[in-house]
Amino acid sequence: MQSMNNEQVELKKRQFLSSQIDLSKFNGKDFTLATDEEKRQQDVMGESTTFFKDGMRRLRKNPLAMGSIIVILAIIIIITIAPHICPYGYAQQIMVNGVKDKSASNLAPFEYSMMEQRYMDSSGEKVFPHIFGTDSLGRDYFIRVIYGTRVSLSVGVVAAIMVLIIGLIYGSVAGYFGGTVDMIMMRIVDIIYSLPDMLIIILLSVVLNERLTPVIAGTPLARLGSNMISMFIVFALLYWVGMARLIRGQILTIKNNEYVLAARAIGTKDGRILRRHILPNCLSVIIITTALQVPSAIFTESYLSFLGLGVSAPLTSLGSLANDARLALQSYPHRLVIPAIVICLIVLALNLIGDGLRDAFDSKLN
Amino acid sequence: MGRYVAKRILLAIVSIIIVSAITFFVMELIPGGPFNKEKATDPAVQKVLEERYNLDKPIGTQYILYMKGVLHGDWGVSLKTGRDIWTDITSKFSISARLGGAAAILAIIAGIIFGSIAALTRNKWPDRLIVFLTTLGTAMPSFVLATLLLLVFCLKLKWLPVWSSSNQNYTLPIIALSVYPMAYITRLTKTSMLDSLNQDYIRTAKAKGVSGMKVIFLHALRNALIPVITYVGPMIAYILTGSMVVENIFTIGGLGTAFVTSITNRDYTTIMATTLFLAILMVIANLLTDIAYKLVDPRITFN
Repeated sequence: MQSMNNEQVELKKRQFLSSQIDLSKFNGKDFTLATDEEKRQQDVMGESTTFFKDGMRRLRKNPLAMGSIIVILAIIIIITIAPHICPYGYAQQIMVNGVKDKSASNLAPFEYSMMEQRYMDSSGEKVFPHIFGTDSLGRDYFIRVIYGTRVSLSVGVVAAIMVLIIGLIYGSVAGYFGGTVDMIMMRIVDIIYSLPDMLIIILLSVVLNERLTPVIAGTPLARLGSNMISMFIVFALLYWVGMARLIRGQILTIKNNEYVLAARAIGTKDGRILRRHILPNCLSVIIITTALQVPSAIFTESYLSFLGLGVSAPLTSLGSLANDARLALQSYPHRLVIPAIVICLIVLALNLIGDGLRDAFDSKLN
Repeated sequence: MGRYVAKRILLAIVSIIIVSAITFFVMELIPGGPFNKEKATDPAVQKVLEERYNLDKPIGTQYILYMKGVLHGDWGVSLKTGRDIWTDITSKFSISARLGGAAAILAIIAGIIFGSIAALTRNKWPDRLIVFLTTLGTAMPSFVLATLLLLVFCLKLKWLPVWSSSNQNYTLPIIALSVYPMAYITRLTKTSMLDSLNQDYIRTAKAKGVSGMKVIFLHALRNALIPVITYVGPMIAYILTGSMVVENIFTIGGLGTAFVTSITNRDYTTIMATTLFLAILMVIANLLTDIAYKLVDPRITFN
């Protein structure tokens, strides 16, 4: 009370024409607290959104990206469910009544072999149709395409995750510590960047094939084959450099921000600053680059499979299917066209999703 | 500038040394030596052979001797055919170079034209059509495109003959190789063209009354082409690796086919030599691209 009185004394009008309000003319009743409703009327701000919600809202408005997400989801659902519905295995030759069906090779889509036809006529039971026909060894082509898609997609995703992890760690260490550490680490990146990756993959696949095959024999990896493992090795050795460069660049700009300085001033440890303050801010770039890494890995895999350096038989990938189809290109073109369409569809959809994510989450890149 | 070039050349040399070392030492991983046969060789003969091919020396020395040979044009002999690899590579590369060079030129010219059209007709139908086609082009692996082209135009419609040494028709292989880089260059040109059309100097030129065509070609396009230069190196790498499958599909007897054949035959010396040869080409292409880029754009600083 005492101080208020003092203020009132000081606030007295000194000059006659001044617009200063003479508080001595008012008493306590003239000032009342605003009601909650009145406060709400003043509140003109929109509802606050998080970075993620904001990006998702923009992404949802992008019809191409949403369509691509639906396509990819549909493909994932099909390749998960189809092996449970379709009674054939990817390596299994068609059997009728427990007997190997020699007439079942090279069937056209939805065609039944002679033995199957006879069986259906005599027993009245339905045989599951060969949606894409059969291949030259009498294996159901539909289930092979399904397994090929599974392999190609998982190779892409695993490769992208590997690139992400290695590139993230390397790039953030180089960018955060800077100076000599950064200089040396980036020279290494420069050198790796200038190596012809595809040639080294081919070379390693050829050579490791002989070395790895006895090592992995009997393990679950053997089913995938040494070629795929050498491809992953090369991805881990060479492909992360793009990601590392990008993350380093991001971190170099972010680490000069005031909030990083503030965190350091209160004694936060390096690892925590990186994890809590710097990495979340380059999250958008990381997500976009990882999303675009998947189709590029699928490309590489299909290319290698096409050279005959893909997954080992009888497992297959989309590239291997396309390669096998070349032998009978003129008579059975659908065996090339189907895996080709699936590759294009997946790569196209993933590219469009990546572009959509970039438009939605990274305003700087626009 | 001189310092930058020197640094860049040094980096290129280091890369070539590393690639050659990787190829050489990786080849050592292959179990079994070249003279291991089912029938045991006489130890004395084996010893003489190993001395003749320096196989008795430590591996480091072997590498240095191999590199010395490479620099003198001695790339070894093929394990399968016994022919000199260097003569094989150079004769087959002339075919691949013709194919790849034509594809590169087509990709650059068509890419720049389509990119400029797309930028100038932004959000109108030509732009939308070009964007659609380029998105499709970047989603299609070269081997898919090559096989489909072969199927449709050579086998079904029979418009073009299948390639043979007597009837060399490069049309389809060139298209198959150039679509992906063409799509990429189109995108690149479009973005940088849009960027440079928004620059102040374009407004200044227009305000001075320079004609529309002149503004586009002399002011906007010239600056828009700078980013395209950066892609030339990666494009050459793409075409070189892409030509392996494309040549194989069209049965063109170039370096690509030879490489794929040597992979299937496990002809290790040829694999090694071809890898090294292609790697050196790619490193040189990247080196020239980087230097050209810095030369063309005076805004880039040299550090």
